[in-house]
Amino acid sequence: MDFPPTSQCEPARLRAVHKRHGVVTALAGLDLALAPGRLLALLGPNGAGKTTAIAILLGLQQPDGGEARVFGQAPGTAAVRRQIGVMLQRAGIPDALKVRELLDLTRSYYPAPRSVTDCVAMAGLGGLLERRYGQLSGGQQRRVQFALAICGRPRLLFLDEPTTGLDIEARHTLWKAIRELVAGGCAVLLTTHYLEEAEALADRVSVIDRGRVIAEGSVAEVRARVAQRRIRCLTALPAEIVAGWPQVRGVRQDGGRLEIVADLAEPVVRRLLAGDADLAELEVARAGLAEAFLGLTRQAREQEAA
Amino acid sequence: MDAATAGARTPLRAYLLEARYEFLRLLRTPSFSLPTLLFPALFYLLFGVLLGSHRGGHVAARYFLATYGVFGVMGVALFGFGASVALDREGGLLALKRALPMPPAAYLLAKTAMAMIFATAVSVLLAAIAAGLAGVSLSPWQWMALLATNVLGVLPFAAIGLWLGGIVGAQGAPAVINLIYLPMAFLSGLWVPLGMLPPTLASLAQLWPAYHLAAIALRIVGQDTGQPWGPHLAVLAIVTVAFGLLAWRRLARPA
Repeated sequence: MDFPPTSQCEPARLRAVHKRHGVVTALAGLDLALAPGRLLALLGPNGAGKTTAIAILLGLQQPDGGEARVFGQAPGTAAVRRQIGVMLQRAGIPDALKVRELLDLTRSYYPAPRSVTDCVAMAGLGGLLERRYGQLSGGQQRRVQFALAICGRPRLLFLDEPTTGLDIEARHTLWKAIRELVAGGCAVLLTTHYLEEAEALADRVSVIDRGRVIAEGSVAEVRARVAQRRIRCLTALPAEIVAGWPQVRGVRQDGGRLEIVADLAEPVVRRLLAGDADLAELEVARAGLAEAFLGLTRQAREQEAA
Repeated sequence: MDAATAGARTPLRAYLLEARYEFLRLLRTPSFSLPTLLFPALFYLLFGVLLGSHRGGHVAARYFLATYGVFGVMGVALFGFGASVALDREGGLLALKRALPMPPAAYLLAKTAMAMIFATAVSVLLAAIAAGLAGVSLSPWQWMALLATNVLGVLPFAAIGLWLGGIVGAQGAPAVINLIYLPMAFLSGLWVPLGMLPPTLASLAQLWPAYHLAAIALRIVGQDTGQPWGPHLAVLAIVTVAFGLLAWRRLARPA
């Protein structure tokens, strides 16, 4: 076999991957690439194909078309699996085993595992080692799953919604550990519902919807793809009227307050000020990743419908 | 080169830990460990020793030593595989283990080892009651052969359990397993000797693997059915392979 040394290979790549589950198309030509020492955040609504993409890279599902490669090889081989760490949404970890036992067992799968002390420190598991998994809170269980994902010193880490159910402090502990891993050269694929998580951690963001990428780039680039501004003000102008103005994408009324999403802020602000001399508390902001992401999803659907 | 040498290394420690923790996991699950360990001993004490002592005495104590051993082995294997595989499959543990670099056979070997250890414990409990309370005396060879029968008897029922675990959901698994376990135990003459069943039911006993395992155990304790070993062993081997293959096809399919 003529594989190049795995250290020089790309950690993971999907090329035009298709996958159907019965009549449902889960992936419709998904492209995705991970680089060492980089974190890619996969964003998208539920059912967009995030979990299927991870299952294919783990070798748990076979693509119907296209190509999946992990360290230059087919996903799921023993040599590949020894280099990855996984945190899935549903882990089904046995309730009756203690945290120390779970770590012990998972570490034994890997050739050069991290020490238990390091795992405890990175995942914030102090004082939990002798507790049974089933006795832990949801957030503590999530931290145990993170420790199991990193205990093998993986060079490629899959984190499927890792911080769901965590309080802010625990989330920041995990973010710090993820940053350390990335700084140490680990490639990370992260899916999340928390957009601030992607903004805090991601080098690149892939927004996917209905099985394909609809936007890709740095967090700033993806946000810039939707140049929308969010305008807030107190005004007597009725929302129905403002909604008909050019550039206006959407209007939400909350008491006397209007929230307007517009492609371009200046002409809308000019009309607002001209139309209502008593207008107050004017605020203009660039749309956050949340709005950008919703905007992109909607644009993609509109284009398809047109 | 590194990957090649790492691949050739036998991860013995992973196999041992997998088995150890599978055993601990089920031992710490009272809904599994209490009935599987205690019911055979309890039933044997009641029906084989206390009730049996009135009439028949040693004959009944020997008969039920063999059949409650088989009853215990069935429970350990059917529940230890069926219910836990259903849970692992539904909960996502099976998928996680497949994604992790767990040695490929460790999952099944661990469950097999766990079931064999439980089967040994059941056998030792029954033997203690038989020798200590019921006055059953067997040669050392007979005791060892009975233990070996029970330990290896795990295999056909493990295969059936594995197949069930691939089909039923975690919630329904115990009920479905009991629907197979209890009628099969009764119809195979484990609770009541076949001669006391209606002849039509007794003639069906040949169909159940538990009957064939019990026939071997009964022959060892000297309650000969007069049949040769070969057909019993053949049926058990066929059941093991057939259900093992069915389970393999079912579980190897990507979720």
